Amino acid sequence: MNDDFELGGATLKNRLLLGTGKFSSHRLMEEAIRRSGVQLVTVALRRIDFDSREENVLQFVPPGCILMSNTSGARNAQEAVRIARIARAAGAGNWVKIEVIADHRYLLPDNYETIKATEILAGEGFVVLPYMNPDLMVARQLMAAGAAAVMPLGAPIGTNRGLQTKAMIQILIDEINVPIIVDAGIGRPSQAAEAMEMGAAAVLVNTAIATAGDPVAMAVAFASAVKAGRQAFLSGPAATKESAEASSPLTGFLR
Amino acid sequence: MKVVLNGKEEDFSQPLTICELLAAKNLEPDRIAVELNMEIVAKAAWTEVALQDEDKVEILSLVGGGRGNE
Repeated sequence: MNDDFELGGATLKNRLLLGTGKFSSHRLMEEAIRRSGVQLVTVALRRIDFDSREENVLQFVPPGCILMSNTSGARNAQEAVRIARIARAAGAGNWVKIEVIADHRYLLPDNYETIKATEILAGEGFVVLPYMNPDLMVARQLMAAGAAAVMPLGAPIGTNRGLQTKAMIQILIDEINVPIIVDAGIGRPSQAAEAMEMGAAAVLVNTAIATAGDPVAMAVAFASAVKAGRQAFLSGPAATKESAEASSPLTGFLR
Repeated sequence: MKVVLNGKEEDFSQPLTICELLAAKNLEPDRIAVELNMEIVAKAAWTEVALQDEDKVEILSLVGGGRGNE
């Protein structure tokens, strides 16, 4: 069965999206991308440090892999728009993940500023994927503003605590007509599978892979979990019940 | 001529274009973006745009990053 993931005019086979921060080396990141078959990665924009040059990350992203710049560091819509435009000029292409964060303890996104930035950048031809705090009204406004997908957080960035916002994410999956991609908080492959079983279109993982003992093997594990979760969703999970129901036929011969 | 480059003040003995600035800094012009006084300068204009005293220049590139301000 064809289960391609249509996103922003592209067709993806792999529903695991990878953030490229925190890897101990570019080589390791490249290997994780190749072995897991990831087809979309996020990158960030930084000032060049003239005192300590590092190799350009783009040399390590396999050809054909979609680049999506993020606006990390932006504290309001205006800064997010500025970062997105510069990233495009630096060769990141049209894809942007909007991330507007003014809170430093929990790194929670500013939904209002995120909507404003989405509207401006979608109007400029960007494929816009906003990172947001799961809220139905906000998701509807993001969709109306031209978002290609909506990316609710499962738990605060880097916490690896899983789907703490599960009930709210389920509402978005049920009500919103653009792909819902769970972004942030997913710490284990089982949590990624859980999100996919719920009907999420994809998951975006970074910390849980990049800081694992063996990041390459963990990337492969996540890719398998995402695939399994997706397959389970498409198969229609069986209903849960309060009391037991035997799954072996009772033939009655012991009576 | 004083220019603020990536937040740091730098002195140049003679006027220079963006292209010459990149060469002076040993930077390949590939996969980088240049902002002059908050406006992006298109790559095609790098050979022509000359820096003025007190200009603020930002030179940026893409790095590994997922989310948050790591």
